Amino acid sequence: MSNPRGKSFLGRFGVHIAVLIFVTIWTIPTLGILVSSLRDKDQLVVSGWWTALSTSSDTQAGRTDAADKQVEKDGKFLIMGNLFGAGDARTVTAFGTRAQQPTQYEAGTAADLGEGVTLQVNDDGSYVLSSPKAFEGSRGQRVYFSASSPPRFTTDNYKSVLFSEGIGRSFINSLTVTIPSTVIPILIAAFAAYALAWMRFPGRALLIAVIIGLLVVPLQMSLIPLLKLYNGVGLFFGVPAKTYLGIWLAHTGFGLPFAIYLLRAYIAGLPREIMESARIDGASDFEIFVKIVLPLSFPVLASFAIFQFLWVWNDLLVAMVFLRADADQLVLTAKLNNLLGSRGGDWEILTTSAFVTIIVPLIVFFSLQRYFVRGLLAGSVKGG
Amino acid sequence: MTAQILSAILTVIIGVGGCVAYFWGANKLLDLVFPSRGVKGSAAVDNLRRQGMIRPWLFVGPALLIVTIYLIYPVIDTIRLSFMDRTGQNVVGLANYSWAVGDREFRNSIFNNLLWLIVVPAACTFLGLIIAVLTDKIWWGNIAKSLVFMPLAISFVGASVIWKFVYEYRAEGQTQIGILNAIVQYFGGAPQVWISMPFWNNFFLMVILIWIQTGFAMVILSSALRGIPEETIEAAVIDGANPFQIFWKIMVPQIWGTIAVVWTTITILVLKVFDIVLTMTNGQWNSQVLANLMFDWMFRGGGDFGRGATIAVIIMLAVVPIMIWNIRQANREGGGGH
Repeated sequence: MSNPRGKSFLGRFGVHIAVLIFVTIWTIPTLGILVSSLRDKDQLVVSGWWTALSTSSDTQAGRTDAADKQVEKDGKFLIMGNLFGAGDARTVTAFGTRAQQPTQYEAGTAADLGEGVTLQVNDDGSYVLSSPKAFEGSRGQRVYFSASSPPRFTTDNYKSVLFSEGIGRSFINSLTVTIPSTVIPILIAAFAAYALAWMRFPGRALLIAVIIGLLVVPLQMSLIPLLKLYNGVGLFFGVPAKTYLGIWLAHTGFGLPFAIYLLRAYIAGLPREIMESARIDGASDFEIFVKIVLPLSFPVLASFAIFQFLWVWNDLLVAMVFLRADADQLVLTAKLNNLLGSRGGDWEILTTSAFVTIIVPLIVFFSLQRYFVRGLLAGSVKGG
Repeated sequence: MTAQILSAILTVIIGVGGCVAYFWGANKLLDLVFPSRGVKGSAAVDNLRRQGMIRPWLFVGPALLIVTIYLIYPVIDTIRLSFMDRTGQNVVGLANYSWAVGDREFRNSIFNNLLWLIVVPAACTFLGLIIAVLTDKIWWGNIAKSLVFMPLAISFVGASVIWKFVYEYRAEGQTQIGILNAIVQYFGGAPQVWISMPFWNNFFLMVILIWIQTGFAMVILSSALRGIPEETIEAAVIDGANPFQIFWKIMVPQIWGTIAVVWTTITILVLKVFDIVLTMTNGQWNSQVLANLMFDWMFRGGGDFGRGATIAVIIMLAVVPIMIWNIRQANREGGGGH
């Protein structure tokens, strides 16, 4: 867009900065869980995710081996070992023997503990405790040390949530709910939209008004009667009340007003000449719909499909009412809600699960943004 | 699990196949019962007229049936249930409504909902408008828009986890892993348990919805801003208006209609919002809202359908004015169609 407003350099710079601030605020929270989901879970709890790339250090306590491991060498008694387990990538920067001064000595130096006893801790965690007299007692020397660890990134969190926390199963469940719920309303709505846009019949205006009214009816108005209805049907036919079929139909019903509204607005805007010339050529309404309207409506059908997909995938309320809360039927959103209760402080589980939950909508959104925006504009600017 | 995937795919096939079969079959049947071709004179005209009367209903029939079962009937039944007891069997008159008026939690919900209704639509519209105006002026505006728009694709539950992590609290002196408390601590403040501060926690929950919905407002308003004729803005520049005057006196008045649409759309969403409160606080610390309270009563103690229905009706009442406005607006724009 050309900018006819004579702006100073400062003014234009200010705009860049302002937008940058907004973008930062809007992306930081999501970035936080993405980064955290890839971090080592021990690092995740001790340092902020924004420090993930820097070396983190924290103060820890350990203990040397006890007297039974001592060896005698050159008239001195030595206990040697390593504060870390094998394969630990951390390094010791400083150590101490008292909790008050945990970093009294630098790594690699020998600390004088009195009575000729010395302790040397090297940066790889190995230590030598040496004394002129034999060590006694069953416990080793307490050692405090400051360990710094290089940033560690891992996909272990994903493995664990997908396969042992049940997120993988819920992912399948979400797909099971979403795909039929997205596809089934399309054709039903398209036929209705065509009739409401191009066919003349008494009651049409009323039907359109009803559809527009239903657009804004809160879902809460439907839940209790439908729950009763489903329970009644289940009892009457001796079948489970909470089934995938039930939620497919429910999502179809809840999605139809918007679908009809969106499709009707688009189909009504198709050029009248095409319809009329087809009619003069002897095409029936059915033929006009299938051969002309449906192909021309592809963009709006795609828009609706994206909306419905996102809405169903992201839904929690309908899933909690119409599906059971066991592994067979728990969708991702409901599973995530459960994890928030049961694994409240385990951020490696929560961030990773959250990212698995939002990745599909994000992919859909970024790859099909054009259709999404078009549908959004068509769906809201005109009246509704 | 494989069986489950297969059954889902089968449903798609049966569902779509069934729809195709119905529309095609019903249409064919109509042509057979009232043939208009190969029949002479007035019979053909009569049949054509009958077809014209019936065919639209064949087309809208399935949609009408499903909408009736899933929306129209439930709305009526919910209103009826709001005058019944917890089982939905015995009439209790206005008892549920008088319970609601006296219930502390309900009154708290009404108060919080009013806060949400005042803050969220206003904040989303305002921020959306500002971002729309600013991003229109820079070369990387579309990328910026995409990023602000992105949360719209994220579920409320996902967003709640994202923000719960932002709000995460560790005792003072410990390393904060929630970014908000880390910032507070960096500037020398004391870390807070944000979501359990009565009254203020409402705002921390609202931030989540504002974060999600600003992108929506931005996209709609951005397209409306592009519709403003360049000449009006140029004329204002020539007359010596500064950018703020251009924004408030030229741009905003021209997109009033769109602002109203964005505002009402977000208002309706706010009334229905339930997931955020359920996952963040479940109504604790005085953060309850009507939609979550309704869900709560649906299942509390085996479920109180009367009270649940009453709360739903109250949410509905708040929506009705917007509904009427929408319908009138659509009629005025020639909602009757062709």
